[in-house]
Amino acid sequence: MTANEILRLAADIGYLAGSICFIIGLRRLSSPKTAVGGNLVGALGMLLALLSAIADTALQADLSGAAPAEVRTYILWLGGAILLGSLSGILLARFVDFKAMPQLVGLFNGFGGLASVLVAGAMILILAGSTTQESPVSAIATAVTALIGSITFWGSLVAAGKLQGVVTEKPVRYRGEQIVKGLMALAALAASAAYIAPELAGNVFPQSTAFILVVVTGSVLGLLLTLPIGGADMPIVIALLNSYSGIAAAATGFVLDPPNKILIIAGALVGASGIILTRLMCHAMNRSLANVLFGGVGAIVQQEGAGDIYAGRVKSTGAEEIAELLRIAQRVVIVPGYGMAVGRAATPVRQLFEAMEAAGTVVEFGIHPVAGRMPGHMNVLLAEESIPYDRLKEMDEINGSFPNTDIVVVIGANDVVNPQARSAQGSPISGMPILDVDAARTVIVVKRSLAPGFAGISNPLFVADNCLMFFADAKQGMEAVLKAYKEG
Amino acid sequence: MDASLLGVLLNVLTIFILAIYLGVEVIRKVPSLLHTPLMSGSNAISGITVVGAILSLGLVRLIPASHADLRLIATLLSAAALLFAVINIVGGFVVTHRMLGKFRTRK
Repeated sequence: MTANEILRLAADIGYLAGSICFIIGLRRLSSPKTAVGGNLVGALGMLLALLSAIADTALQADLSGAAPAEVRTYILWLGGAILLGSLSGILLARFVDFKAMPQLVGLFNGFGGLASVLVAGAMILILAGSTTQESPVSAIATAVTALIGSITFWGSLVAAGKLQGVVTEKPVRYRGEQIVKGLMALAALAASAAYIAPELAGNVFPQSTAFILVVVTGSVLGLLLTLPIGGADMPIVIALLNSYSGIAAAATGFVLDPPNKILIIAGALVGASGIILTRLMCHAMNRSLANVLFGGVGAIVQQEGAGDIYAGRVKSTGAEEIAELLRIAQRVVIVPGYGMAVGRAATPVRQLFEAMEAAGTVVEFGIHPVAGRMPGHMNVLLAEESIPYDRLKEMDEINGSFPNTDIVVVIGANDVVNPQARSAQGSPISGMPILDVDAARTVIVVKRSLAPGFAGISNPLFVADNCLMFFADAKQGMEAVLKAYKEG
Repeated sequence: MDASLLGVLLNVLTIFILAIYLGVEVIRKVPSLLHTPLMSGSNAISGITVVGAILSLGLVRLIPASHADLRLIATLLSAAALLFAVINIVGGFVVTHRMLGKFRTRK
């Protein structure tokens, strides 16, 4: 074998091994005991892919025949970008506050989409310069990459901005919204068509212009699609954008000539896992994806006289009484919601959990799949407080146990415990699976006011006979309960 | 489209479809506890575009030296792609590791 043949073989074996690492890594990431190792296997796969790509480049760009100065320039750019990227990645990932995790993941996701668009752009220039004919497959893939990559980038930026509070969490809705979105989608498709088959557009503009048009229309579409989506639907949007970044990467694999298999495999794996998460989130809200993207709970006007059902029927309580009740309880379930996250109340919740456990009370957490702003948000927050994960129960697991539960403490959650969801229709959350907290002996709801949750509807739970309301800020309220509990 | 190109296309399409199916099967039973780490870990894997960026950065030299400006733009685009892909990868894996380090069972 010649040196080049050996290098080719090494690169292909590296790609294959990398792909296998990704599959094993994802498999292991989906089970608690193996997850840490799974993540490391995934990283190893990435290292293999990176080294193979360098070998592959040496062959495809014929670096052995290049002048030493040219090779030096390549290594300089390559090393510089990798070094700078690694450094920024490590700094961001290690030092950003854990509470900002959802937006950080969103931001990284956007970068993946952006990278795909940039690669497609560079490949166009390389083809144009080297006068190689672009294959039809590659042309279609370039348009797809540009479109999905731009949507991913801008969509992720908006999502991260909403989570950070830079962009409004409220759904941005306006008259004719669907028409505007539809027209922009058509414009994006037209630009893509003009790129793929310039003769369709009468060869009016060069392909590079068509490419820029695809990127611009895709970017606007990314903004238009995510701005109208409200905060509570963020878990679905984030999961979907995650899927898009994978699809953009897979499309980039088709842009290259010859097509690159590891890009296609890894991209498809990510695309598929993102779709699974998206479906899980949609199921947990009993809504279709189309409903989240194009219609949605945010559009529903508040029920008229929503306050009336509460009039004179709400029993309110205080920290002392709650502490008293918790002290005699044998089994307590804590149900956290987004209010616990924004109120930064996880620490006093953990301290109360520890105090109750020390006193011999059985304490578990009941976690709704869409509580919070990203899939699994509550789990991450509670894990940060070192609460053992075997105490964090999924909805299906904990629902049967509520009748045997003395006290449920709901902290900053509303729609996910709203019994209105059980009625077949007539409510925006009808059919959404909820935590059946009202089946417990006593329910304590820690909430700042009777204001409706994201769905904008009243919650009959608050006036149930076994429900006590504790009107307080999540953090201050839980600290007060903790203090009273310890003093008793 | 000539026959050899079609052959290559069918070949990679087969891989693409099998990989999607595999992705669905591999992830299907993920507990909600791991939704965030799985998402951020798979997000890091989507940085696989790094392969494309490394290739395009090298292929830039196929642009003749007479098109120096084209070469420069293509180099800048590729380097930017590489930078963002690496942030995506390194940041993604490190943040996932940090997150998973917090998940613990009772001692």
